[in-house]
Amino acid sequence: MANSQIVTATAKLDEPDGAGARQPCLKCSLVSRLPEIVLLALWWPVYSHLQTIATWLTYSALGLGRGTHLGASVEFFIFEVPKVLMLLILIVFGVGIVRTFFTPERTRAILAGKRESAGNVLAALLGIVTPFCSCSAVPLFLGFVQSGVPLGVTFSFLIAAPMINEVAVVLLLGMFGLKVTAIYVGTGLTVAIVAGWVIGRLRMERHLESWVSAMSAGNTAEVEAEGLDWNARFDAGREAVREIVGKVWLFVVLGIAVGAGIHGYVPTNALAGLMGKSAWWSVPLAVILGVPMYSNAAGIVPVVQALLGKGAALGTALAFMMSVIALSLPEMIILRKVLRPRLIGVFIGVVAAGIVLVGYIFNLVM
Amino acid sequence: MKIQILGTGCAKCKALTANAEAAVKQMGLDAEIEKVEDIQEIIKFGVMMTPALAVDGKVKIVGKVASADEIKKLLA
Repeated sequence: MANSQIVTATAKLDEPDGAGARQPCLKCSLVSRLPEIVLLALWWPVYSHLQTIATWLTYSALGLGRGTHLGASVEFFIFEVPKVLMLLILIVFGVGIVRTFFTPERTRAILAGKRESAGNVLAALLGIVTPFCSCSAVPLFLGFVQSGVPLGVTFSFLIAAPMINEVAVVLLLGMFGLKVTAIYVGTGLTVAIVAGWVIGRLRMERHLESWVSAMSAGNTAEVEAEGLDWNARFDAGREAVREIVGKVWLFVVLGIAVGAGIHGYVPTNALAGLMGKSAWWSVPLAVILGVPMYSNAAGIVPVVQALLGKGAALGTALAFMMSVIALSLPEMIILRKVLRPRLIGVFIGVVAAGIVLVGYIFNLVM
Repeated sequence: MKIQILGTGCAKCKALTANAEAAVKQMGLDAEIEKVEDIQEIIKFGVMMTPALAVDGKVKIVGKVASADEIKKLLA
């Protein structure tokens, strides 16, 4: 099957430039995708029975005693790993297709004409759907600044893009449900918008490395990203699954294993004193601890979920998670190539302050 | 012919370089493959996502690891 995929993908490139007019229809693409459609049809029946299967495997097949530490841990692990991986595959596939409509070039074109405020909001929203990988943070940053996207707007994008992505949303949905996911996305967007706006207000342009400011408005590469047919979009979805799930599955398994250990062995409410609402210092501490820790959402969410079950407050847990994902040391080192230390300091400070605030608000409200 | 791989040296850039080398070898082309790792040089190409691949100075692939077959089509 893999071979035939390549043939269809390359055959597409053969078409002369004028072929955009006769795009293959959605229906014809669907027919050639039968194996994937069958898998999709099987998805729900399997997914909806995972709890039953996990319970049976743990207590009947493996014969572990109900109510034991080991039994609770094993059941948690057997249930959560396939659940999260199945959700991940489905959503990453969907998002991979959606992303073929949002290239960084298009996002930049949308943002280039925008003023601040509205621009910050739009940038944060586009940060969610535009393909982003921290290894291309610098070229993306330069591309934005070069074409006249305001600095603060660029930062809104740069904060939102890694923090709110499909992997984070899948894990939150799978392990916490809709409400917490909505809270995370909403507050994450707010932090990105406000932090970007503040950085814009601070007029930090002179704290870019000098060669960045001197950069001429150079040529922009015109690559035929337009006119993809549905076949190519499905290929992009498959590619996204291969690449993203291939990269994060180990984090998921390890994260859930740690979570399972906490779930089974740490006594309920053991963490209430340390990470509970009454410990006012726990929010800033969680944020500070989160900065040097580098993990994507896949590794951290299962751990956070287990912590919550043991008495950690939601605001503290969310703050910890945001800090781990949004503020990472490796990304700062990459950004150091274009930002002077002062601007990096401001970036970390503003975002960290925003996250701490979010943590306190939720500990107060919830 | 000159093929340039643009990227700051991440794993994906290495994969793209390997695929380009394979494509050139399979086609028996006399092409020079150059890795462009300096960020200022990469920006001059107007590229926002790495890795990218340029043939004779023109950017052909952006932000993905193209297979050797895809690259062969570009070079043909």
